[in-house]
This record gives sequence, structure tokens and C-alpha cells, in this order.
Amino acid sequence: MSKTPTIGVLAIQGDVREHIRALHDSGVNAVPVKTAKSFDNIDGLVVPGGESTTMSILAIKNNLFEPLRAMQRAGMPMYGSCAGLIMLSNTVMDGRADQETIGGLDIVAQRNAFGRQVDSFEIDLDIPAIGDEPFHALFIRAPLVAEIGPDVEVLASIPAAVMNDDNDRIVAVRQGNVMATSFHPEITNDLRIHQLFIDIVRAS
Amino acid sequence: MASNVSNNAVTGTDRVKRGMADMLKGGVIMDVVNAEQAKIAEDAGAIAVMALERVPADIRAEGGVSRMSDPDMIQGIIDAVSIPVMAKARIGHFVEAQVIQSLGVDYIDESEVLTPADYTHHIDKWAFTVPFVCGATNLGEALRRINEGAAMIRSKGEAGTGDVSNAVMHMRTIRAEINRLSSMAEDELYVAAKEIQAPYDLVVEVARNGKLPVVLFTAGGIATPADAAMMMQMGADGVFVGSGIFKSGNPAQRANAIVQATMHYEDADVIANVSRGLGEAMVGINVADIPVPHRLAERGW
Repeated sequence: MSKTPTIGVLAIQGDVREHIRALHDSGVNAVPVKTAKSFDNIDGLVVPGGESTTMSILAIKNNLFEPLRAMQRAGMPMYGSCAGLIMLSNTVMDGRADQETIGGLDIVAQRNAFGRQVDSFEIDLDIPAIGDEPFHALFIRAPLVAEIGPDVEVLASIPAAVMNDDNDRIVAVRQGNVMATSFHPEITNDLRIHQLFIDIVRAS
Repeated sequence: MASNVSNNAVTGTDRVKRGMADMLKGGVIMDVVNAEQAKIAEDAGAIAVMALERVPADIRAEGGVSRMSDPDMIQGIIDAVSIPVMAKARIGHFVEAQVIQSLGVDYIDESEVLTPADYTHHIDKWAFTVPFVCGATNLGEALRRINEGAAMIRSKGEAGTGDVSNAVMHMRTIRAEINRLSSMAEDELYVAAKEIQAPYDLVVEVARNGKLPVVLFTAGGIATPADAAMMMQMGADGVFVGSGIFKSGNPAQRANAIVQATMHYEDADVIANVSRGLGEAMVGINVADIPVPHRLAERGW
């Protein structure tokens, strides 16, 4: 597309404002969206950080899942951070029994996989898709990607050595037009993750 | 659970503490006194629960010294829900805070609702891995708490009353004082810092950014969906509801209504719909009828 894209940030709850700022700083239009009507006229959707179970409950009560899934089936690019990763996963581990998601990523997302808030941490990650410079990532009661399907591309992992065991932790993935991170680029000043998503939006 | 992340992974930083509060924005945090209430709150879409033994309305009615809750009771609530759990420590009671941190609570409220343990000093919150939220009635108080390490601020309002007027006053005061700083010349900020009794560096930061450096929720007297939506329209990032839900006639429905009104705070049609047939609100107390020494908002320095 040639015009400046407009990206909606799902504004049920969470750090909506930070994503809007990051998108603006990346040179695109960004608007909060929370009704089916407001989904018209957006070229991509960001599902922000927050509490995934609360987002699920409120998306059900406000009849948002069907329009969101319909937009995704129609090819709309979507990016989710933290709770947003859970909302874009096909399967949730350690969530509520009645938790629903938009889906789109053939992954199992494990909720609160690193522990409670006292275990929240920051770390430098290698993310080849955005360049050689490490990305300083903030993990807040974060999920991880416990399993991936064959069509899912891993964008970043925390190396096993850092976790003192034998398993890399997958924390950023992409499948087609849908991408997600366990961490929160929107509360840092590094715009490379948002720019990667905007490239997907522009190419779609 | 102790963190098994090592090497260059760092816990308890200012950014993960303040960032945690960012994730709560647009949500409702509900006071609960047992696991059953915690489940009702979670099912209604609460973003977090505040575990405490007595809600402020009962603390007010029963009197006596009010302290940190029993660890068993806090643990029972942690086990009952998967959303974040907060708990209250007395102002200045750093060992209550150490105990709450050891239980794995996600946020500590150093709260004027409990009886203060120190009438001079608040807790040194930098010393903790768990983040803290503190109450404030004005900008100077908010910045003093942030200087001590608070990662989130809430208005004090007047807890346990169902009277929203003090929460309104505190939110308006904080906003007006921020606007005043933003309109000042740089060389006027030295005296401004002295006047509001706040650290100069934080005063400069607020003046430049036009907002607090941490999330600002509202608390103290919110009892109805319209109360919650009004506070959001006044610029609150989210809402604490204390006695307002479980001291009302139909807690599950009221909890749901307040959550929906907070999400759709600019949509009067939604607020009208969720406000229908809610039954009895909590019995209110006019703040003006409470003698000054018994007003909880006066606690904190």
C-alpha cells in the first residue's frame, strides 16, 4: 500500500497508550479500537500487554471475538505483546478454563511461565530479524511459547544457558501476517519490533 | 517461586515495577476478603484483586488497630485466582512488606486504610523486588512516594464511605498541580519544588512531561459504574474499588458493571445499560460527617 497505514490498538485494557506512542513514533497512524465498528478502516491490529484472562472475559461479553477472527481470516496483520501473544495463540496453557483467544498462531502459549511479578525481568535478546544490535526486552509476568507448529517462525529465544537448564525459551514468533512477543517493546524506546510489524502491514 | 533466570537477566528493576502497573491500566482492582470473593472478582473481569481481612467500611465500623492480613488468607487468595494479587501493608511497616513479598504477592499497597506503623517515615520501597502502590491527595505527596520507590500512585479518596467526592478532589488537585508546573518557567521550578515539598528532579520531570512518571489510578469511595467512568474521564488510568462491590446487594453484577463501565468510560449508553437493576449500592457515609481525626486520607506524610 502507498498511503500511510492506520493501525488499531485493541483497547479493552492494558498498555494501549504505549503502543500508540510507539506506532506514532514509527511514522504510522494509530488509534485505539474497542468496538466492532471501530475495526473498520484499520490496516493492522496490535493486541497490547495487559491481563489476558481479563481481555478474554471482556472480549466475550462485548462480542468482539467473531469480528476479530473474521478480520484475521481476511488477512489483517496482527501483532501481540505479552497478553497479546496469548490472545493470538491457538492454545493457552495455565489460563482460565473458559479462556478464548483470537488465534492465528499455531502455538501453545504458557501463561505466567516465568513466575509472578517478583520474577519479572529485563534481558538483552538477539533477534536476527531486526538486526545485529541486541534488543533490550522487558518480561512482566510474561508468557512463553511452549510449543510451535510447522509453519511458525521463531524470531527470538532466551538461551538455555541463561535459564540454567537445557531448554531455550521461545519468546517471539511469526506465522504469516501474525507476530507476537512475550516481552514489551512498547515500554522501551527501541522501535525495531514495531517497525518489523509495520513492514508486514505495508507488504500486505 | 524464586527466579531461575540468571546471567544478564535482572529482576526488580524500576522498569519492570512501573511496567507492571502499565499492564493494569484500564482495569478495575477489587478488594476481596476471601477466595470466594476473589473468584467472583476474577470472573467479572477484575484486572487484579486486593487481599485484605476487612474491607475499609468494616474497618471503619469496627475500629481498633488494622494490620496486614493473615498470610494464610493471602495465600488462599493467591491460590484461588490467576490474575495478579495485591496486599496491604501499614504505612512505614517494612517488615509487613517483607512478609507480603515473601508470599509472592504481585504488588504491595502501603495503605492509609490500615493503621500507620510510623508517623514520620514511609517504607523505603527501593529495597524491595516487589513493586508498591501508594495513595496521594496531591502532587507533592505523590512525588514524595515516587521518590521513596513507589511504582504506581492512586488517589486516596476517602475509603469505606461510598462517597466519591474526595477521590474527585484528589484527582483534580493532582491534575491541576501538574498543569501548573507545566506552565512554569524553568527558573520557577526550584521554588515550586520547595512549595509542594517534592524532590526537584521529579518536579522538573513532571513539568517537562505533563504527567506523573508512574501510572495514576483512582481509589476511595468509588461505588457505582458511573463513579468509575467519571474517574476515568477525569484522567485516571484505572480504578480501585474497595467496599463498593462486596458491601452491595449484588456483588457479581455490580463487579461486572463497574468493569464494563471502566472499559467503556466514554460511552454513556453502555454505562446506562450496566447501571440498570443493580440493586442496593453500599450504604454510604458522607465524608463531611466523619470527624477529621477519623478520615483515612489524613494518614500519610
